Amino acid sequence: MGALAVLALVGRMVVLFALLLLVPLAFAVARHDAGERAFITATIVTAVAGLLMSAATRRFRRELQPRDGFVLVGMTWLVLPAFGALPLVLAVPGLSVTNAYFEAMSAFTATGATALSGLDGLPLSVNVWRCFMQWVGGLGIIVLAVAILPLLGVGGSQLFKAEFSGPLKDQKLTPRIADTARVLWGTYFGLSLACFLAYRAGGMGWTDAFLHMCSTVSLGGFSRYDASFGHFQSPLLEMIAVVFMMLAGISLLSYFAVWRARSAGPLLRNPEVMAFYAAIGGAIVLIAGYLLWHGAYSEPMQAVRHTVFHVVSVATTTGYASTDYAAWPLFAPLLMILLGCFATCAGSTGGGIKMIRMLLLLKQARRELVRIVHPNVVNPVTLGTTAVSDRVMQAVIAYMMIYGASLVGLTMLLLFSGLDVVTAFTAVIACVNNIGPGLGDVGPAVNYGGLTDFQTWVCTFAMLLGRLELLSVLVLFTPQFWRR
Amino acid sequence: MKILILGAGRVGESVAESLVSEKNDITVVDNDPARLRALQDRLDLRGVVGNGIQPSVLKEAGAEDTDLLIACAPLDETNLVACKVAKQRFNVPTAIARVRSPEFVDGAELMQRDGFAVDHLLCPEQTVTAYIRKLIEHPEALQVLEFAHGLVSLIAVRAVAGGPLVQHALAEIPALVPGADMRIVAIYRQDTVLPVLDGATRIEPGDEVFVLAATEHIGTVLGALRHRAEPVKRVMIAGGGKVGLRLARQIEAQYQLKLIEPHAARCEYLSTQLAAGTLVLNGDATDEDLLGDENVQDMDLFIGLTGDDEDNIMSCLLAKRLGARRVLAVINRRAYADLVQGTTIDIAISPSHTVIGELLAYVRRGDVEAVHSLRRGAAEALEAIVRGDRKTCKFAGRRIDEVPLPKGAQVGAIVRGLHRADGSEAGDEAKPQVIIAHHDTVVMPNDHVIIFVPRKRMVREVEKLFQVSATFMF
Repeated sequence: MGALAVLALVGRMVVLFALLLLVPLAFAVARHDAGERAFITATIVTAVAGLLMSAATRRFRRELQPRDGFVLVGMTWLVLPAFGALPLVLAVPGLSVTNAYFEAMSAFTATGATALSGLDGLPLSVNVWRCFMQWVGGLGIIVLAVAILPLLGVGGSQLFKAEFSGPLKDQKLTPRIADTARVLWGTYFGLSLACFLAYRAGGMGWTDAFLHMCSTVSLGGFSRYDASFGHFQSPLLEMIAVVFMMLAGISLLSYFAVWRARSAGPLLRNPEVMAFYAAIGGAIVLIAGYLLWHGAYSEPMQAVRHTVFHVVSVATTTGYASTDYAAWPLFAPLLMILLGCFATCAGSTGGGIKMIRMLLLLKQARRELVRIVHPNVVNPVTLGTTAVSDRVMQAVIAYMMIYGASLVGLTMLLLFSGLDVVTAFTAVIACVNNIGPGLGDVGPAVNYGGLTDFQTWVCTFAMLLGRLELLSVLVLFTPQFWRR
Repeated sequence: MKILILGAGRVGESVAESLVSEKNDITVVDNDPARLRALQDRLDLRGVVGNGIQPSVLKEAGAEDTDLLIACAPLDETNLVACKVAKQRFNVPTAIARVRSPEFVDGAELMQRDGFAVDHLLCPEQTVTAYIRKLIEHPEALQVLEFAHGLVSLIAVRAVAGGPLVQHALAEIPALVPGADMRIVAIYRQDTVLPVLDGATRIEPGDEVFVLAATEHIGTVLGALRHRAEPVKRVMIAGGGKVGLRLARQIEAQYQLKLIEPHAARCEYLSTQLAAGTLVLNGDATDEDLLGDENVQDMDLFIGLTGDDEDNIMSCLLAKRLGARRVLAVINRRAYADLVQGTTIDIAISPSHTVIGELLAYVRRGDVEAVHSLRRGAAEALEAIVRGDRKTCKFAGRRIDEVPLPKGAQVGAIVRGLHRADGSEAGDEAKPQVIIAHHDTVVMPNDHVIIFVPRKRMVREVEKLFQVSATFMF
């Protein structure tokens, strides 16, 4: 029975998750804050539930088949936010289950959209848990499981592919998938440590540095303050955040390639990385110029500072805000959000289409145009010196179609429920691409708490869909998948 | 000299052919008895049937007292292993291997004594590519060959009425073309060399002129003998084989390039290897519709580079007819090359021929640095280093008109300063100086002397002039 075998593994994932709960628990116990009881209860419930699940299905454990992988990933990403929401419901008075699940999903998918207000007044442990979930979810809990637990066996690479982003998942840097996962987490950990120390040196307290480190390198964007990064009013900290968001916006595996080659060559030769820098650099120049021309800021340095921070924050799908950029002329925030749809690279912690798919599509378009003029030309889409197979191109094009259809479908659902166009459209884009804040009623100065339960569930689904790159989730809804 | 050639393929055959006439003992090893028999019937050499990497076969072929091994079997691995076996087992003094893969480089660690023990790597594809590249850079020239690390070039060019020097005597050159020192070393009129070149000799339109000049002056030299052509911008290459790909890679940044290749799978590969701006077209280069659709009439240069002589000739003829400005065909068969050179096809290149020079440098006696075989082996240009002094060498310390050169052979240029006084290579500290030779130029020891020899049989006499003899007394 496939479902039970999957359940056995989900049980183990839940146990792993209980271990992660120890981090906020430690904060809660150390501070004796209002979340102490909630976290103790939640940890025990999670651990017991996980142990029960894996014990009850012990007999059914077996090697996973590829299709089980999708079920496992889907189940994991549905079940874990529920356990993640548990301490939030217990610790925050008046928080509905819907909003708690939304908050946990937002954290787990490193989106950064929040349904909570009055963050400054929440117990510290709750904020730690929100940010720490982003840190774990940013790179992916299954990648973590593959890295540290031998439980997933050969099927691990299948799982890895379902959670890891980008169209070219068969390129392995190391022969064993577990090693690749370890490299990823090692790099991620190193980057986090550097970010943590940089924030501390830049003037944050230890706790603030830890919390913001978690949401920076995961490109999540949670903060413990309602004013988000605006709380600090420090250009230095904003620049540190910009640097680490840019670092996390490209594939973490490329740092491994750099380390292995002992030169920056692999980075400079990587067309995706170069396109990422170019897109962000271009947008900064364009928007800063536009804001000055429009007179949104009288001081050029102010305009540049806010443009750099917000373009990087939104384009890398982080979603920090230091000022209400929704008040800028509509062109600027809309361009930033559109950039957030595709700017980050495959293999990074960012969301969205990923730059590599965009590049492939542009190359495909160019290819078709050349073909019209030269019918005999042979010009496959290439990356470096390898041709991208038609199989991959079809997958990319299918992905784009499903992506477009999802955006339209979800936007229509929100419109149906009564939201205005700007809010509905930007909320869907911000959720599917795991950016966080949208515009209108879900803009950087307000939050998702104002939505109805139905709208919140739609957004929750959108976040999951975007994080697992559509196909991993949607395949679960196809009849073929369940047919034996 | 005892020479062992491995592989009787296209390269092996032409190597054998050009070396056999020079009083060398040649043994050819090949797997194919029929091919060896044909070769033996045609040329005065010995054939040994067998696999050239086996010590027993090499021994039978006389590897023990061989002076030079030239491995030019079709596979790189055969050639490399054969060199290793010959060096380690039979102590062959010089081993040359033909390789196709550009990843093996001369002098690299892998090729040294404890590696494959190859003294020199021969890469015909590389040589042909360089050759064609020169012709793209200088579209007026028939041939451009480099000497002395590229400081001096030998340029072959067809004189055309209207060039400043044409219909003038050689003595007028300095007055007509000031600033660029050059020396005309040979003139071929109606395919025969003019026996005497002196100040009164006039250059006629249609003459094939060989000029030596400093490489930086190539442009001036060409401009003096014909009006300057428009620089090449658009190039079409027919055939995406090894040479086609190499050439395309090297020139795609500077020129607009179209590459025609008949095999779809090869096209795919080519397009991954070349920049996006280069068009890889799948089709037949002899298909006039394809050529027309791809605007062959606007091409400055059309190069036939397929593996098939007939295809190259036909596609070049077609391209020229359709309006390509200049066409260039690679032709392996010597008879064909002679047939079409200078007709509708502007330049015929025979690849096997271009590599012979590199080998000849090893076969020649004396301190010969470089040899270029010209006019399909009939003539030769060689660069030799003057060793010894006035007492032991016929060049050192003498004016050029005092050197007993055979009639027709011409000293074209001297490069001084490439060596230190003790004769060792100066390397980076060299301050080389190019001296275009005149009858009263004095040759010093350690000079590189570049000599044009119009007939191959004179080469031996010229070689002797460079040999340092202990007994030679004036």
